[in-house]
Amino acid sequence: MKRFRKNKLAIFGLVVLSILFLAAIFAQIIAPYDPDEIVESETLPPSFKHLFGTDDLGRDIFSRALYGARISLTVGFVAVAIAVVIGTIIGAITGYYGGLIDSFLMRLVDIMLAFPSIFLILAIQAMLTPNIYNVMVVIGLTSWMGVARLVRGEFLRIRELQYVEAARAIGCSNLRIIVRHILPNSQAPIIVAATLGMAGAILTESALSFLGLGVQPPMASWGNMLMDSQAYMRDAPWMATIPGLLIFITVLSLYFVGEGFREALDVRS
Amino acid sequence: MLKNNMRKFVAQRLLQLIPLLIGISLISFFVMHLAPGDPTALFIDPNVKPEELARVRANWGLDQPIYIQYFKWLINAGKLDFGVSYITGQPVISEIGERLPATLLLMISSMILTFLIAVPIGVYSAVKKGSWFDNFFTVFSFAGMAIPAFWLALMLMLLFSVQLGWLPAVGMFSPLIKDASIVTRLLDLLRHMILPLFSMALLSLAGISRYQRAAMLEVLNQDFIKVARAKGLPEITVIFKHALRNALIPIVTILGLSLPDLFGGAFVIETVFAWPGMGRLGVQSIFQRNYPDIMGIVMLSAVLIILGNLLADIGYALVDPRIRYEKISKK
Repeated sequence: MKRFRKNKLAIFGLVVLSILFLAAIFAQIIAPYDPDEIVESETLPPSFKHLFGTDDLGRDIFSRALYGARISLTVGFVAVAIAVVIGTIIGAITGYYGGLIDSFLMRLVDIMLAFPSIFLILAIQAMLTPNIYNVMVVIGLTSWMGVARLVRGEFLRIRELQYVEAARAIGCSNLRIIVRHILPNSQAPIIVAATLGMAGAILTESALSFLGLGVQPPMASWGNMLMDSQAYMRDAPWMATIPGLLIFITVLSLYFVGEGFREALDVRS
Repeated sequence: MLKNNMRKFVAQRLLQLIPLLIGISLISFFVMHLAPGDPTALFIDPNVKPEELARVRANWGLDQPIYIQYFKWLINAGKLDFGVSYITGQPVISEIGERLPATLLLMISSMILTFLIAVPIGVYSAVKKGSWFDNFFTVFSFAGMAIPAFWLALMLMLLFSVQLGWLPAVGMFSPLIKDASIVTRLLDLLRHMILPLFSMALLSLAGISRYQRAAMLEVLNQDFIKVARAKGLPEITVIFKHALRNALIPIVTILGLSLPDLFGGAFVIETVFAWPGMGRLGVQSIFQRNYPDIMGIVMLSAVLIILGNLLADIGYALVDPRIRYEKISKK
């Protein structure tokens, strides 16, 4: 942790993320207006009354951005959780058992990696009814490959170590060895991958919502706020600037924190 | 000897392509066709007679069990026949063929641009490790990775088209330009290309300059560089003649590996700039549930991605001086 504290960028990222998380959690208290209510005339520039201005319908952008933070962070978090669980299970099985199941599952990883994943996600989203739950699941289901490879590598390395042999000698079951002995020792790369993965998931969600296949209006997400902004580039440039800036800052902070973890936990890239 | 090995390697990789492509087509096909709803519902008048609807469905083969539909598709795809578009009735191959040049133009020029900018940045950062230049580009590259592609595109459009009015915001050619001279048309194309091109290039710029920096640092730490310096060679010679040549090798691979991202970027960026390429066609087809077009684009992207990686691997073997060295020593 000492090394993490020394990393100024990582601390900066952590502070920004904490603020964003708090803002998202307390959106109801902080937001001056109802995010979906028309409170003022359309496309007013930022002012003290409306910190980020109003949008094409006259809704307060600051309030919408706060609720959007809630959506974007939740989607990012849940999607990564799904990806990490799938990736860890597949990585653990392939790395520990090897053999036929390993070659089969690793071919599956190759196949998934050869897709332009955004296109696959778009296609699935278009076929399902796009909503926030589908977004989380679909992003999770299409982004576990990196974690699986990482975990597999860790398992391949650790399963040869002596303490695993010792555990086997005293009669531990395979499941126990995997869950109690190897998994805890491969945590570090998983943490790093999860942090960076959350950044990726937030980016994907915003792109999906931007194309109209993610979180659906009137529910605000940073991505669909940007979608609305396209027709008002001339009259209301703040509509296009602010949500994008928020995505950018969030993702950047996650990268800084992830790199901080990587250095502090001594994970090779 | 070397040539033989290479041929074997390429043949092996090309053979692996087949199961990979079948897997990809299988997943895409079933994901699309198992989804609830029917593509005919989208563009056929709901008041149409049921017999008429059944005729259309039979015409597209949608009345058959899904595995038969898939095998039919697979056999035809093997003959490079991907069916006809639901929307235009044109063969999918020619639909994509019309759009592909625009996409390739954008992708290849953005790769070249990225390479031209990223390599000097990476090399200079490695040589001046820890300098303000290096630190600046460390942060810059994080920023480059964190920026959403479509937002960067929107911001460039906002600044250069909407505010300054310097460049056109959308499309590939101005309307009515067809009658103009070839020079005017080329210049027009260039003006339309600048914004999408930079949006795409800036995306991969960050990653590739980081890789170049890492590769250069690794080479600079090796013994033969110490020897070169100890011999008293000027630093310029050490960096350009000894280090850079070796540090460029991994970049060949990275360019290949960045292909999926480039394709992903193309879908979004072409949509933002209304660039008439394959990516935009893909997004449109998705909205229209135009299954044959979607399948065609998925397969083509996958083939290009896999071939790109293969070319990168071959390129790697070709530019690796160790292989060349072996060959010379043998004769």
